[in-house]
Amino acid sequence: MPIIHYIEADVAVGSTVMQGAVDNMIDGILAECGGSCSCATCHCYVDEAWFDKVGEAGGTEKTMLEMAMEQQPTSRLSCQIEVTEDLDGLVVRLPASQY
Amino acid sequence: MIIGDEPYAPYQRPPLPKEFMLGQKDDRDILIRPEATYDKHGIELRLNQQVVAINPIENTLALDNGEKLDYDKLALCAGARARKINLPGGELAGVCYLRSLDDVKNIKNYLGVNGAVTPGCRAVIIGGGYIGLETAAALTKLGVNVTVLEMQDRVLARVTASEVSEFFQRVHTEEGVSIRTNIAVSHIEGEHLLTVCNDNGEHFDANLVIIGVGVIPNVELAEAAGLAVENGITVDEFDCTSNENIVAAGDCTNHPTSLLANSLLGGRLRLESVPNAVEQAKTAAASICSQSLPYASYPWFWSDQYDLKLQIAGLNQGFDQVLIRGDNKHGWSFVAWYLKEGKLLAADCVNRPKEFLVAKQLLSREITVDPAKLVDESIDPKIFLQ
Repeated sequence: MPIIHYIEADVAVGSTVMQGAVDNMIDGILAECGGSCSCATCHCYVDEAWFDKVGEAGGTEKTMLEMAMEQQPTSRLSCQIEVTEDLDGLVVRLPASQY
Repeated sequence: MIIGDEPYAPYQRPPLPKEFMLGQKDDRDILIRPEATYDKHGIELRLNQQVVAINPIENTLALDNGEKLDYDKLALCAGARARKINLPGGELAGVCYLRSLDDVKNIKNYLGVNGAVTPGCRAVIIGGGYIGLETAAALTKLGVNVTVLEMQDRVLARVTASEVSEFFQRVHTEEGVSIRTNIAVSHIEGEHLLTVCNDNGEHFDANLVIIGVGVIPNVELAEAAGLAVENGITVDEFDCTSNENIVAAGDCTNHPTSLLANSLLGGRLRLESVPNAVEQAKTAAASICSQSLPYASYPWFWSDQYDLKLQIAGLNQGFDQVLIRGDNKHGWSFVAWYLKEGKLLAADCVNRPKEFLVAKQLLSREITVDPAKLVDESIDPKIFLQ
């Protein structure tokens, strides 16, 4: 039988997508470095419809992503996505390798 | 149920000498998860309570409040504590350590009032390891006048090659920190204004002294319960201790390693690192649930100082060659590759996230790269993986 994940979580403005996942015990986001952009274990794919609002990775994050497994055009490190009111309804997916 | 002797829910320690010291993060920001998450998932948090004894025959714990608790499975995740130095004056007010949230709150009290640093505030840091240097960077940013006293002839002597030590000494000096090596502190004296002295009659005045000379694993409970202990609680690859109902994880454990390249390690390791604690926790949790998830991850570490991101892949013990990619003498970006008989053991990557992630893969996949290529900046490090 197919397994379908329906996950919704409330995340405070000013937090990050990574912290929201950890706070809600979501599997697949380890965030070993606690959000300091050091480990690439919080890699996510931003839904294409949301990517413009979220924006592209910059600096260290961009370089880390280049080397992350299964990089896609909308890849981001979720610890670097700050949650704002504009992101209400944001959809992100996780790489299969993080499970 | 989680029992902890601190008054706070589990929190991240790495930000303590950095973002927390700088006031960029507060008590809530550094929590691993908010307390509500534990409630929601039926995890009882018992804070401010200390386990004083384990009875491994009855499977019970004795708490400091006199309570006795039963367990079916017990996980010892007791971490490590700051090593205290036994010096005359070591107990004076203003002599601080840095390991816990309360330690940093205590340090902040000596810096000034309400988070504002008193102008002219001086700090002496004893110990030029990662904690000492990270603290020096944060305090300097806050406007404190910082002196680091290191006993060895270079900072980070225990953990890096001299090329990397020289780099960090240069950067800290450029940022205004006074770094003094070969200084063996003999005693501390004074009230309000402290004076740190060495055997040669030199002295360093300070409003506060921060001691960062390593940690000691918290093994006493395990030892008293009769568990096998040797430089940490002895665990197997499944994080099981010598008692079938007790697992252990993190800085307090000594675990087997498959890092054969580092033959000096003798097949066992005790690591002081967050990634190791996270990986061991997964293995230990699996063992509690009668699943088998052997611990097999490669060690890595990080340290942020100023705008420097140091990421370390592997362990360099036993290296016989250091190769530098980039310019460690002038710039702020380079890699120190550590090799033994031509085989990669570890890499210290300063502002080189790409090389860091490549190094992790080179190590875990045991790929050997021509040393000439490792230092050739015209070659994209991605190519090393092909």
